[in-house]
Amino acid sequence: MSTADRRDRVGNATRGFAYEEPLLFERSRPGREGFSLPASDVPDVEPSEHLPPEALRDAIPGLPELSEVDVVRHFTRLSTWNAAVDLGLYPLGSCTMKYNPKVNEKIARLPGFANAHPLQPIPLLQGFLELCFELERQLAEITGMDRVTLQPAAGAQGELAGVMMIRAYHAHRGERRTRVLVPDSAHGTNPASAARNGYEVVSIPSGEDGLLHPEPVAAAMSEDVAALMITNPSTLGLFEEHIARIAEIVHAKGGLVYGDGANLNALLGIARPGDLGIDVMHLNLHKTFSTPHGGGGPGAGPVGVKQLLAPYLPTPVVRRREASEGGGFALDEDLPHSIGRLHANTGNAGMLVRALAYLRSLGPDGLRRCAEMAVLNANYLLARLRGVYALPYDRRVMHECVLSDRNLADTGVTTLDVAKRLIDYGYHPPTVYFPLIVHGAIMIEPTESESLEGLDRFAEAMLAIASEAREDPDLVRSAPHHTRLARLDETRAARQPVLRWQPPE
Amino acid sequence: MRYIPHTEADVTRMLDAIGVASVEALFEGVPTKLRMRAPLSLPPALSEQELLAEFSSLAERNAHTGTHDWFLGAGTYAHFAPSAVDALVSRSEFTTSYTPYQPEISQGTLQAIFEWQTMIAGLTGLEVANASLYDGASAAAEGALMAMRTTRRSRVVLSAGLHPHYRQVVRTYLAGLGAEIVEARRAPDGRTAPLAPLVDAGTACVVMQQPAFLGCVEDVGAAADAARAHDARLVVVVAEALSLALLRSPGDCGADIACGEAQSFGVPMGLGGPHLGFLATRQRFVRQLPGRLAGQTVDAEGRRGFVLTLSTREQHIRRERATSNICTNQGLCLLMATVYLALLGPEGLRRLARLNLSKAEYAKARVRATPGLSLPLAAPTFNEFVVGVPDSAEAGLARARERRILGGLDLAAFAPELGPAVLVCTTELASRAAIDRLVAALAGRPA
Repeated sequence: MSTADRRDRVGNATRGFAYEEPLLFERSRPGREGFSLPASDVPDVEPSEHLPPEALRDAIPGLPELSEVDVVRHFTRLSTWNAAVDLGLYPLGSCTMKYNPKVNEKIARLPGFANAHPLQPIPLLQGFLELCFELERQLAEITGMDRVTLQPAAGAQGELAGVMMIRAYHAHRGERRTRVLVPDSAHGTNPASAARNGYEVVSIPSGEDGLLHPEPVAAAMSEDVAALMITNPSTLGLFEEHIARIAEIVHAKGGLVYGDGANLNALLGIARPGDLGIDVMHLNLHKTFSTPHGGGGPGAGPVGVKQLLAPYLPTPVVRRREASEGGGFALDEDLPHSIGRLHANTGNAGMLVRALAYLRSLGPDGLRRCAEMAVLNANYLLARLRGVYALPYDRRVMHECVLSDRNLADTGVTTLDVAKRLIDYGYHPPTVYFPLIVHGAIMIEPTESESLEGLDRFAEAMLAIASEAREDPDLVRSAPHHTRLARLDETRAARQPVLRWQPPE
Repeated sequence: MRYIPHTEADVTRMLDAIGVASVEALFEGVPTKLRMRAPLSLPPALSEQELLAEFSSLAERNAHTGTHDWFLGAGTYAHFAPSAVDALVSRSEFTTSYTPYQPEISQGTLQAIFEWQTMIAGLTGLEVANASLYDGASAAAEGALMAMRTTRRSRVVLSAGLHPHYRQVVRTYLAGLGAEIVEARRAPDGRTAPLAPLVDAGTACVVMQQPAFLGCVEDVGAAADAARAHDARLVVVVAEALSLALLRSPGDCGADIACGEAQSFGVPMGLGGPHLGFLATRQRFVRQLPGRLAGQTVDAEGRRGFVLTLSTREQHIRRERATSNICTNQGLCLLMATVYLALLGPEGLRRLARLNLSKAEYAKARVRATPGLSLPLAAPTFNEFVVGVPDSAEAGLARARERRILGGLDLAAFAPELGPAVLVCTTELASRAAIDRLVAALAGRPA
């Protein structure tokens, strides 16, 4: 194929039928509206007669005037500019972009879930409380933990809650520990969560095989260390096989082990963090349990704990009432050692509904099948790409594999270029430049949702790009060519921040 | 399993390509002694038909706006959302994408975030808004933390009207950071008592909710003066975002940070979440903002586009020195609110707010005219207010429930000093007839 041909048509992406669309504010026309109000059945009041004049505002800047047709076309067009799981493979490593079942969306919109209020009387909330109780039980079983809180609204808030419980646990024992150990391969949220709790973060180097080894943990471990935070499988997609020994070392000095559950998908029905020495962990329902990622949330980040941390769970907690109390379920606020409340209500209920629906659709066999097929898919891609792309740690991987651009060094093509060129082939790129310990990392997580032929097409795209890097490096370095917009200038955005629309002068 | 495409023939081919004999062998990295020996103890899988039946029966055991006339607010509000909101956010290009790390194929999400930031800046009267936070409570906590960062001070003064759950979340968030939290008193009319005596040179901020939890419209200007006297920040928290359409904007009142809950803008009550935290501030504090931000830029050919920006504030770059640990936020809820606000526009929003106020004033007039009921707080209100009841709030609300009315929040646990009292909210969903029936039920009169 000639360069010109390749600019036009490669893989499964072609020059599309793409609309331009201005900002809402640029479409605005004075006097348009997209909303109807019922006629008022009460006397209309003049705000200034009931509120002090100094409390009232004049104009509302920043809102457009549009008809419903304008708004519908605007957002429909915007939607066509997004890549999405429903359009194709979205192999964003560590994000577990698996298929989000449609039935779960339908269930979450049932009026008893969507139009119910968190503070309605407990007898009128029993369906939700039972759902929470059952979801907690199932997540505890899957993770091997004793108790679960569903309150955190995202994985990062779950981490915050987990580290808070660790701090409360030590404080309750009269200990003031000041440090948290975090491997150098960890997600950025781990050190940020520790720092948010006032802890000093100590980075622990990974070994030459990419794994965390007992020796550096033992060397850093002291009675001043509150916890070790560990992700298993790690962000390299490797199972931390020394986990049990490492947990013993931490426990021996009175520390606790925090598990980052971002990569739990690989372990469903295979191994349970609670059996590996983890004392507290968060889960990302939007990763492992298929709630939609929504363009950046909402997620949900339940936290599982061993019994020793149960007194510190955030309030309120869902409790099954004894028959003598009338049965059913209650919300308990009375937990004297609790870290307190973390959410205005009881968490992202809509995500909890979807996650339990997913668990009930899969059952124990389906869950294990997810882990098996996710691991099969990652290893298959690795087998297809090995050699052409560098493999910094050549071990059997779990649910994702981390490659690098090292084999392309002589072409001048970098990981970023490969990522942008993949877009031309119709793929959302993998996670890039993470984990930080791999130079030019390309972190691929296909998930169990992808078929063999879909993986083959993706592998062929990756291989074709490696060839293009040798034959026509400029083609790759200037990608993407098929998108509505070419490569965007991120430096300019940060140097001269324009963070809202303003009317032209 | 309908969500997994692999046939047994596919699996065999893939195992051959990898060079292993079985799926089991792929897990060789997991030491045998750490592997599960028995299957997970979970209920067996359901078909889609069975699943729908089971969850429908769970959902039916919750009251909702279709089963009762609705007067319960207190931070989660029953408003009408136009059908276009759910239709548009249900497009799977929005629901099944993630954080827009690759801007060339995420322009839909990015442009919507930029539009949201513009709308929130306008509504709050401030210059920059972020791309949402988890909820109003965590937004209040992030507002206080941001004030602490920009002042390098650690004393935080909370208004009497800050939502009790927000208050708890602020305490939870600040617990490990050596902050001192001071709680202001409520004056007899329901507003916060003068704040000046509580603010000193060590004060990072005054956090004031507008309208207050009990519905009262506060004197935010006075709070701004109290804060400014010691160069402390004023953080205004808004739990009922619709009030922004009528009330003077936080920025105009002198707030440095405005934050809160935008669930009222088209996001379902949904049992309390996901909701939609927001946070806005002045330009000079932009590098101290928590969470994601979208910014305008150009592509390689000079065309306008949008990217996530100022990410050196964030955990994936700055790690333990980040402004917050936030990664995922409330992207899809932000989209709901952006669609909602685009449909209503400035006039629609103002008319809707005025209708809410009219319903509340009608209800208050009925309460005033009803023997046994009272309005214990004299301060002006927007769409929510306290009703004093004759016997007990529990009994009054139970009578209302017998008439298929969810009559509001029993304040026994939140403001016992008011005596038997109910926090009543009237949105556009509250009909005059339902208000009349609620008043009768609370007063103990026959239906």
